[in-house]
Amino acid sequence: MSPQALICNGSGPENVMLEIEDLHASVQGKEILKGLSLKICPGEVHAIMGPNGAGKSTTSYMLAGRDGYEVTSGQVRFNGEDLLSLKPEERAANGIFLAFQYPLEIPGVSTLNFLKTAVNAQAKLRGEPLLDAVQFMRLVRETAKLLNVSEEMLKRPLNVGFSGGEKKRNEVLQMALLKPALAILDETDSGLDIDALKLVAEGVNKLRSPSRSFLVITHYQRLLDYIVPDYVHILADGRIVRSGDKSLALRLEEQGYDALIGKAA
Amino acid sequence: MGQEAETLQELTDQKYKYGFVTEIESEFAPKGLSEDTVRFISQKKDEPDWMLEKRLSAYRRWRTMTEPAWARVHYPPIDFQDAYYYAAPKKKEDAPASLDEVDPELLQTYEKLGIPLSEQKMLSGVAVDAVFDSVSVATTFKATLEEAGVIFCPISEAIARHPALVQKYLGSVVPDTDNFYATLNSAVFSDGSFVYVPEGVRCPMELSTYFRINASKTGQFERTLIIADRGAYVSYLEGCTAPMRDENQLHAAVVELVAMDGAEIKYSTVQNWYPGDENGKGGIYNFVTKRGDCRGANSKISWTQVETGSAITWKYPSCILRGDNSVGEFYSIAITNNFQQADTGTKMIHLGRNTRSRIISKGISAGRAQNTYRGLVRIHQKAEGARNFTQCDSLLLGSRCGAHTVPYIESRNPSAIIEHEATTSKISDDQLFYCLSRGIGTEEAVALIVNGFCREVLQQLPMEFAVEAQKLVGISLEGSVG
Repeated sequence: MSPQALICNGSGPENVMLEIEDLHASVQGKEILKGLSLKICPGEVHAIMGPNGAGKSTTSYMLAGRDGYEVTSGQVRFNGEDLLSLKPEERAANGIFLAFQYPLEIPGVSTLNFLKTAVNAQAKLRGEPLLDAVQFMRLVRETAKLLNVSEEMLKRPLNVGFSGGEKKRNEVLQMALLKPALAILDETDSGLDIDALKLVAEGVNKLRSPSRSFLVITHYQRLLDYIVPDYVHILADGRIVRSGDKSLALRLEEQGYDALIGKAA
Repeated sequence: MGQEAETLQELTDQKYKYGFVTEIESEFAPKGLSEDTVRFISQKKDEPDWMLEKRLSAYRRWRTMTEPAWARVHYPPIDFQDAYYYAAPKKKEDAPASLDEVDPELLQTYEKLGIPLSEQKMLSGVAVDAVFDSVSVATTFKATLEEAGVIFCPISEAIARHPALVQKYLGSVVPDTDNFYATLNSAVFSDGSFVYVPEGVRCPMELSTYFRINASKTGQFERTLIIADRGAYVSYLEGCTAPMRDENQLHAAVVELVAMDGAEIKYSTVQNWYPGDENGKGGIYNFVTKRGDCRGANSKISWTQVETGSAITWKYPSCILRGDNSVGEFYSIAITNNFQQADTGTKMIHLGRNTRSRIISKGISAGRAQNTYRGLVRIHQKAEGARNFTQCDSLLLGSRCGAHTVPYIESRNPSAIIEHEATTSKISDDQLFYCLSRGIGTEEAVALIVNGFCREVLQQLPMEFAVEAQKLVGISLEGSVG
């Protein structure tokens, strides 16, 4: 199966949520993405795997709109709109969420305060009514309970002194509150032991829905035991070289990147 | 990186949005400073002879002094003969008749700060009926204070009505000979606040310059004296989060606090004078001497300041810990943007046994601004068991600004424990992008991160003041992304 031939379930273009077309992107003048193409339909879980330096993190930063990731050609459409012309905060308000590999610490800002600021900033960008303190607290309590996040954690400064597992659960909590259409998980498994990984994956699985898609970026197959993908793509040297179903990840685990990438080339 | 640097430059070059020039007709004293000017001021205020003598002796002293040059601030020499030292309050008929006549940009700032309409009128100098509200509020407060025995009035009134108290305490913390600017102030001070809280009285409300009638036009050489007698408590708020303007470039205030046995004074300041434009033109020079004397045992003085305005800030609110077991605190946020310069900090002079001091300083620098913390902790020989804890944190936005920390530590008692912690950090691109990726725009993100950085100090402010100060922190840094 060639990557271009891979068409998502709905098949019609009106059902495509994210469409990346022959994308070339550079960081500090160095081309990292060299013709990346990918389609994601609502409700699907796609995994991108690849060796170090393949362009995995660049893909997630490029989609989220980080400064310094320059697209030189190609395009990205999100729900039919040109994604690349939007600022990062607008992309977020339009439904893109990036769960960070290394979530940032913001000293002195309580997790609650950060969450409320984010939820209301997005509501404002979308022209929706803002939540007052009482409405927000109700929402956050319900969501935290669903994801087994303690109220004590909500009061602590954002990610400061959090364990690796707590940081990632906090990312999932943010995802749950911000209700994105497309959630990108950037190496969510890094730095997690197996118990923490299970907990985080459990949270993610609770948020799966027919209208929400996931792009799971990972180096190891392990994560995909818990967040089971519909499609697996192998990214090498800035483009997708192989696509398949979840069995591709298992084969990759057995044979290693060199063998599979070599075959593709 | 190139793109970021460009955006940064564009944003930090942004204009101070709330600047404007007010044409004011005042009754000026003759230009320049001489014995005649000092006599003119004293006469205008109907002062007793002893006050005039005090002023004249300060003036004579001042003539022999030179401006201090040790601070890390740079400005062209000030021509002290090319300034006015007395201006009467502006006439009512010149004031705007309603808010419609007030600069809309200024009103926008008030909106952002969430200042109620009645206060907006007072702040922008609308001099009609609206002020009646404030006056009546102030009158009610005055009655409550009188009942408690608290004296709270303009210092000119105190000179006339409570001469014994003024003579006893004025200049007893900051002597007329103290420093160039304090001495200048002692000669020409225009007005200010006087507070006396009698023995055992807990002042029933936060005192604020805002509620002091005639407070609005005494900014240039303000003189404040606060005395908390044995076991008394008072919390005093100075300044205002709303942008404050003054046609006088030079400001040299003096504040003296006296805390007797077991007394406590909490003094909070928000300073938002005009900082000058994006090229560093104009703006207030703020040379302030503030000092508290923990004169009695078990007394406590706590300074909290939020300094966001002025082109130059030169200010070191200090504590003399004279009484045994007395406590001094200094909590500071100093924000500088564009070409602003701040050299600010504190002095903690430990004289008594088991005296304790705590210094928390948060400096934020953006644009091409220079921000210096300068602090002295001195433990005298007899200050057995003295303790100090100092924490100085600097935050840089962008790569063209500077942060400097200059701690002076002198200990003459081997039992003293002194701790000093200092950090310098930048708002990282990673932190900013993290916020952006959650839908939080750049300016809100900067405000959020900076408010987090300042949290320990903001917590010290009285509640309503803290909320306004948080908004002010955001507004002061608008367009200064790093």
